[in-house]
Amino acid sequence: MIFLNYFISGISLGSIYAIIALGYTMVYGIAKMLNFAHGDVIMVGAYVCFYAVSRYELHPLIGIILAMIVCTFLGIIIERFAYKPLRQAPSLAVLITAIGVSYFLQNTALLLWSSNPKVFPSIIGRGAFKLFEGELSISHVTALTIITCLIIMIVLTLFINKTRLGKAMRACSEDKGAAQLMGINVNATISMTFAIGSGLAAIAGALLCSAYPTLMPTTGALPGIKAFTAAVFGGIGSIPGAFLGGLMLGVIEIFAKAYISSQLSDAVVFAVLIIVLLVKPAGLLGKYTQEKV
Amino acid sequence: MTKKILTCTLLILAMASSAFGAAFKLGGTAPLTGGAAIYGMAAMRGAQIAVDEINAMNIDVKFELNYQDDTHDAEKAVNAYNALKDWGMQISLGSVTSKPCEATAAENFADRIFALTPSASARAVTEGKDNVFQMCFVDPNQGSASAQYIANKNLAKKVAVIWKNDDVYSKGIRDTFIETAPKLGLEIVSETTFADGNDNDFSVQLTDAQKNGAELVFLPMYYQPASLIFAQAKSMGYAPKWFGVDGMDGILTMEGFDKSLAEGVILLTPFNADANDEMTKKFVAEYQKRHGEIPNQFAADGYDCVYAYCQALTQAKAKADMDAEEICKLMIEQFTTMKFNGVTGSNVTWAKNGEVSKDPKGMIIKNGAYVGLD
Repeated sequence: MIFLNYFISGISLGSIYAIIALGYTMVYGIAKMLNFAHGDVIMVGAYVCFYAVSRYELHPLIGIILAMIVCTFLGIIIERFAYKPLRQAPSLAVLITAIGVSYFLQNTALLLWSSNPKVFPSIIGRGAFKLFEGELSISHVTALTIITCLIIMIVLTLFINKTRLGKAMRACSEDKGAAQLMGINVNATISMTFAIGSGLAAIAGALLCSAYPTLMPTTGALPGIKAFTAAVFGGIGSIPGAFLGGLMLGVIEIFAKAYISSQLSDAVVFAVLIIVLLVKPAGLLGKYTQEKV
Repeated sequence: MTKKILTCTLLILAMASSAFGAAFKLGGTAPLTGGAAIYGMAAMRGAQIAVDEINAMNIDVKFELNYQDDTHDAEKAVNAYNALKDWGMQISLGSVTSKPCEATAAENFADRIFALTPSASARAVTEGKDNVFQMCFVDPNQGSASAQYIANKNLAKKVAVIWKNDDVYSKGIRDTFIETAPKLGLEIVSETTFADGNDNDFSVQLTDAQKNGAELVFLPMYYQPASLIFAQAKSMGYAPKWFGVDGMDGILTMEGFDKSLAEGVILLTPFNADANDEMTKKFVAEYQKRHGEIPNQFAADGYDCVYAYCQALTQAKAKADMDAEEICKLMIEQFTTMKFNGVTGSNVTWAKNGEVSKDPKGMIIKNGAYVGLD
């Protein structure tokens, strides 16, 4: 039974990684850039939600919608001012800019909201579903996170594969130049990708802070890095891959803590990552495409 | 005529500044912004209250206090220290947090400026420096003192420890706790760790403590991860006794924190804001009047530092026009021989290596407030 309990802990941690990883992987899949500021957009979303619910006592749902609106605009603004001017620049320059944006957001948050940790309101409640006479428990937050993850995953996949805009996104991802020749507005498509990715970040922020309720300007940074790892693990660019990668990363982390050593858990997680990448360089579900010269 | 007026004004100015110059220049660095600002602000406010009180007294010793922000960063602390040196600092309050204080203490030692840190508790702060002293317990002593307290008060027999393995503060306390506890008949049934980036989910650590039957969980850490531990333990239905150290101080001031989660948490701190002696009452009332909250032990440490300086300077008959090195010599003499009574302890003495000796006080959180246990 303890094994199952650990497994559920792993799933609940992993579902948080998964929901953050979805945003990473979507932006990477389409814009082909690593948006390291994603974790910090999550933090901004969590703060907006915190203030809406705690200070202004709005309904949590309104809080989340408000956070999504703010984050969507934030995403568009970041893309417009930090990434768009670098569209033709080497990818290393864009990567460094993304790290810069990440620090910018963290420090702005520090100025605006100070460093004192805030405790996120329990918008979902701290309850749990009890199974097997209370021997197993799955918290409501975990259940909601997994369901949200699944919904987002399905909607995103449908959106990208079935709609005109989704088609444009796939075209941009394959070949920007050719897409432009076909009459696709590449800039608008990439802005759209950022808008969606940042809107998802707001949901991830609210769920992250519901599960682990301390909120600080650095709250998004480390889960962001872990989620990025999860996205790579599952195959970056692949949406189901991010989901699978996130869950597996969470389970491995908890099992490593429980059965190997709590001191070595991160070392074990990254050792597994290295092994997976050695065997499958594109990640679990990633497509390996050979670069044609 | 104009010249005369000018000379007069200059003369008056000179006199005024010399009268003002009769104050000792007391400087310190602290995190006034950033993640550890809660500690820095408290220490600075405590020190400021003491300075204002002393300056209003009819005694020879007067202070001029200057605190600079170090954002809990060693490099910035050294820059802040240098700014204080340019300002003419004669005696120093070191830094408030351990890592920056390790850096500034080395500067204090090299420049022969005496330092008394309110709260930097790492052993490395004072080690090998004859002119750096601490007002708080050195980290390792907190571990052994906690073990002794648990054993003496018979709080538990089976104990679990959760500590942060990338933090010197946490490790220092854990090491001596683990060393002392078995000698006092305490059994350590579970020992687990976490680190930065790995500090969200504590289900494994708590399950381990629970299944091994720990009656008490010792938490040598700061309050932020501790708040997550309390919440997760509650949702697991695990309710052991919780025992924290001085880093736990501050948990009740977190915005939005459900205080019922911390109900019954015991922590060892040198300062009890509920104490009934005159000195504590007066300090707590003044702090509350100025800042609208109950002072924590960092504020009390800052307050005591200034009073300890006042006592030492008076006894040594030091003058504000002496240079830092001269004062340093006198202070080393005083601090290794004097006995001090403050809000963080009575009959406080210092060893030659700068470590303080005083009795810790147990506190318990009841109805969302600290209550003294003794």
